[in-house]
Amino acid sequence: MLSVAAAAFAHGAEGLDTRRSGYEFMSAETRAMQDDDLLNPAMLWVLDGEALWRQKAGTNQSACADCHGDAAGSMKGVAARYPAWDDRARRPINLQQRINACRVSRQGAEPFADESREVLALLAYVGRQSRGMPIEIAVDARVEPFLKSGRELFFRRQGQLNLACTQCHDEYSGKKLAGIPIPQAHPTGYPIYRLEWQSVGSLQRRLRNCMNGIRAQPYAYGAPEFVDLELYLLWRARGMKVETPAVRP
Amino acid sequence: MSRAIVNVPSSARRGEVIEIKTMVAHVMETGFRRTQLGVVIPRNIITEFVCRYNGSEIFRATLYPAIAANPVFTFTTIATESGTLEFVWRGDNGYTATASATITVT
Amino acid sequence: MSALGALLGAFTFRFADAAARGMPAVMQEAIRKVVGDGEVRPGRVKLDVPPLIDNGNAVPLAVSVESPMTTVDYVKSIHVFTEKNPQPNVISVYLGPRSGRAILTTRIRLADTQTITAIAEMSDGSYWSASVSVVVTLAACLEELN
Repeated sequence: MLSVAAAAFAHGAEGLDTRRSGYEFMSAETRAMQDDDLLNPAMLWVLDGEALWRQKAGTNQSACADCHGDAAGSMKGVAARYPAWDDRARRPINLQQRINACRVSRQGAEPFADESREVLALLAYVGRQSRGMPIEIAVDARVEPFLKSGRELFFRRQGQLNLACTQCHDEYSGKKLAGIPIPQAHPTGYPIYRLEWQSVGSLQRRLRNCMNGIRAQPYAYGAPEFVDLELYLLWRARGMKVETPAVRP
Repeated sequence: MSRAIVNVPSSARRGEVIEIKTMVAHVMETGFRRTQLGVVIPRNIITEFVCRYNGSEIFRATLYPAIAANPVFTFTTIATESGTLEFVWRGDNGYTATASATITVT
Repeated sequence: MSALGALLGAFTFRFADAAARGMPAVMQEAIRKVVGDGEVRPGRVKLDVPPLIDNGNAVPLAVSVESPMTTVDYVKSIHVFTEKNPQPNVISVYLGPRSGRAILTTRIRLADTQTITAIAEMSDGSYWSASVSVVVTLAACLEELN
């Protein structure tokens, strides 16, 4: 079953957790960028998120803070458990979808566009409130089929290069690709400041880069395949610490 | 959004050398990149950064496209008196950003 | 530091040997604009850049110059140049006796594996320099530029 397969991946022969965050594959300088709030460019987005949290919006002219109060308290641990089941959507949704659901139904405002500065700022701000906490994805009978779908996507060969995620990120992790170590693909720090983008971006943006890398047609932003894959990746990383907002090459 | 983060010690002894750290949000578009269709993306960078301590310039930088996006600078100055440090960034297309911090010098 | 690291690390640079070293003309010209006819001597400048870079878009760079930073003996300015970027200038900073120390930390972009040079102008009109070679790797999985 799924849980047994996961245990086989996560633990080595003596039950040691062999999972490593992408943080450990970076140079000391890039790690320093992530660790120091005065050097981490993502903090600029966190500050924007903090301002947006208090900004009234929509026909209801309400702010996140009006319902949720101080994010440091109310949002603690929230990002660590997404994607999570949503009754209205009748499937697991990610944090961006959760924020946009609030925008529409509670604030009476337009949902934020994918990869917009506003949504990334809020994701960085909310995510930061879970920094240091273990990722915890709740799986029950409702969530199970979506987790299974995400796992199948992770193991499916795709694209002109006919590669599956597992081949680079399980079999070849730690080895070099174009001179750079291949990490294990645990999305512990999203949204990240990716040095390649020179900007903050979401996990889906990074996954689209991967799909371009294997010459596959990337799924559209918000596609159910992406959310299923996010669910599987976060579940695969469960127990690892949230690093949001992380810096990655 | 021209958000800036500056870090200045809140207090220092007179004559002490203090470290100042700054970071400002800016894309620093080099003017050397092209779109997929080959069209040059126009240069859009911060060209100047100045720090004034109670009105006197204590640090100035001329930036070129080789400065990374969201520019950061660390530099030092001598804590001479209590007051305000003002930071001004200027760039292409009339860009301006400012920040300030106060320091108590005893 | 490994032997390879030492090989790729700081080496002294004599501007007079620039042409012989194969320094690109645009870089020589950019340096000429700053120092004029002055002689640039190796030394007193310490340039710290990691020898192997994760991503050329954000490379940490630290420069420090030996100087008492008094009103009669201080660093007036520090200029950084690259060899293979589309444009040789990186940054020029202007200091003074109030600076306390002649240091600068920032992040720069490097287009390729190459040599970076920092030149300091002293209050007595002398110029000093340091150079470092760095290896720049590229990301394997990119995105289309919209």
